[in-house]
Amino acid sequence: MDISFDKVSYTYQPNTPFEHRALDEVSFKINSGAYVAVIGHTGSGKSTLIQHLNGLLQPTSGEVKVGEYHLKANEKNKQLRNLREQVGVVFQYPEHQLFEETVAKDIAFGPQNFGVPQEEIHRRTREAVKATQIHEDLLERSPFDLSGGQMRRVAISGVLAMDPRVLVLDEPTAGLDPNGQKEIMQMFHRLHKDKQLTTILVTHSMEDALAYADHIVILNQGEVYMEGAPLEIFKQQQALEDVQLDVPEVIQFVTKVREQLGVELEYTGQSIAELAKELTRIVKGDRVYE
Amino acid sequence: MGNTQIEFRNVSFRYQEDMPWVLKDVSFTINNNEWVAMIGHNGSGKSTIAKLMNGLLFPQEGEILVDGQQVTASSVWDIRRKVGMVFQNPDNQFVGTTVRDDVAFGMENHGMARDLMLKRITESLEAVGMNGYERHEPHRLSGGQKQRVAIASVLAVSPQYIILDEATAMLDPKGRKEIMETIREVQSARDLSLVTITHDLLEVTQADRVIVMNGGEIWMEGTPRELFRKKEQLIEIGLDTPFVSKLAEELKGAGLPLTREPLNHQELLEELWTFHSTR
Repeated sequence: MDISFDKVSYTYQPNTPFEHRALDEVSFKINSGAYVAVIGHTGSGKSTLIQHLNGLLQPTSGEVKVGEYHLKANEKNKQLRNLREQVGVVFQYPEHQLFEETVAKDIAFGPQNFGVPQEEIHRRTREAVKATQIHEDLLERSPFDLSGGQMRRVAISGVLAMDPRVLVLDEPTAGLDPNGQKEIMQMFHRLHKDKQLTTILVTHSMEDALAYADHIVILNQGEVYMEGAPLEIFKQQQALEDVQLDVPEVIQFVTKVREQLGVELEYTGQSIAELAKELTRIVKGDRVYE
Repeated sequence: MGNTQIEFRNVSFRYQEDMPWVLKDVSFTINNNEWVAMIGHNGSGKSTIAKLMNGLLFPQEGEILVDGQQVTASSVWDIRRKVGMVFQNPDNQFVGTTVRDDVAFGMENHGMARDLMLKRITESLEAVGMNGYERHEPHRLSGGQKQRVAIASVLAVSPQYIILDEATAMLDPKGRKEIMETIREVQSARDLSLVTITHDLLEVTQADRVIVMNGGEIWMEGTPRELFRKKEQLIEIGLDTPFVSKLAEELKGAGLPLTREPLNHQELLEELWTFHSTR
């Protein structure tokens, strides 16, 4: 689904001493099927932004379009239910939202609320646990007997069982060990491609943004600070540092090599192995840089 | 004092009798003035170790000694004066309505005199760079600031050991940097041992020593340099190596004989520089 924000502003507690403008005329477009990373510091407006995607918040001014659904200030949207069926949100620490007696019931809760037939729920549940690599033996267990990593996967399965067209991920790997982080990120990437989803990833990890996203939106103090392809964004190290964001470690290193060794080296998406070959060639011989 | 260390002697622990052992025959020592990082996959037993260190849990087998004194239900208040703990979620560790009250809380529990408390509040907030925030409400601070106040509260009791149980996990990169700087400063300024439990590999590179947990057992003890040489084995137990180690490994594979395992950008750059200038 195509998504667009057109001069969207959102103010918390307007006309009170606590009035706070969390989004300020934010405009950007996401094409259907894109994988977009939204980056910014705590308080930059990321959470406010994603809550507009499934109508949990309504703009104070401006307009949000998600496919055929329009969200405007002071205009009740009667199709919110349909919108929420299409936009699945994996909130931070989603395992905190588990509540059912069994894993299967917890996964079925969402689709049941939307009146999905029992047969179909079964099918989706099996598909979801396959994607998240939860063993089917666990389906009748209490979700609270599982490890933190497994609970996270159950919660994600619940969102997948809604069969959404848009997947919104709010720091989905926070608190997981390195291996768990990699598995979850690769799983979302697979789903993104296989199901042709539109994916919006909110993250602090520049490495994940570089590895998975094809477009990056950087928020700062409620405004769009930068926007573009990852390699283009990460060329602007100074601009990022101005808002206290880093570039991915590989790019930091390549920049240091270039500056401290005085050689020609550019990061163009090389793997670590490719980079090692290039570096070896540079320091060992072939005076390519002269 | 002589015997200043935390010692685990053949410690085994499980949460319930019919549950599997979470820790199996674990022995190690945290020495005076040392910074030890503890890593391992989720469920490897790291956080259980932290809770055993200051008597939030007690082992079924083996014993835990802090400065020679065994951790038991009756010694737990002495132990907690020596062993301070900072937890993962900054929002779960505040009790006071102001930063000042919050830092005072731990000292009040230990029955410290008012004059001393006032002095310690100032000193510990200064140590974490949060002086001037005495009258702020903790819940309005940023994540990094909250964790710094949590560290100040622990420092105020003047412990010999501070355990940080994934204290940076919920912070953004800026907050994480703040905390790491604070920790480094505090450790170099005071006579303190640190145990940091973490998934962050860059945090590990800064420690003196690393203990790696796997399935409730100690998998390895050594320096960060020794650890990151074991690339494949680390991946097998659900961990990873930092970017610099991965690149160093590939460089060796590509025919560049590096002399040592680099821990950070600068060390690797120096090696590259040597090859570059001597050829």
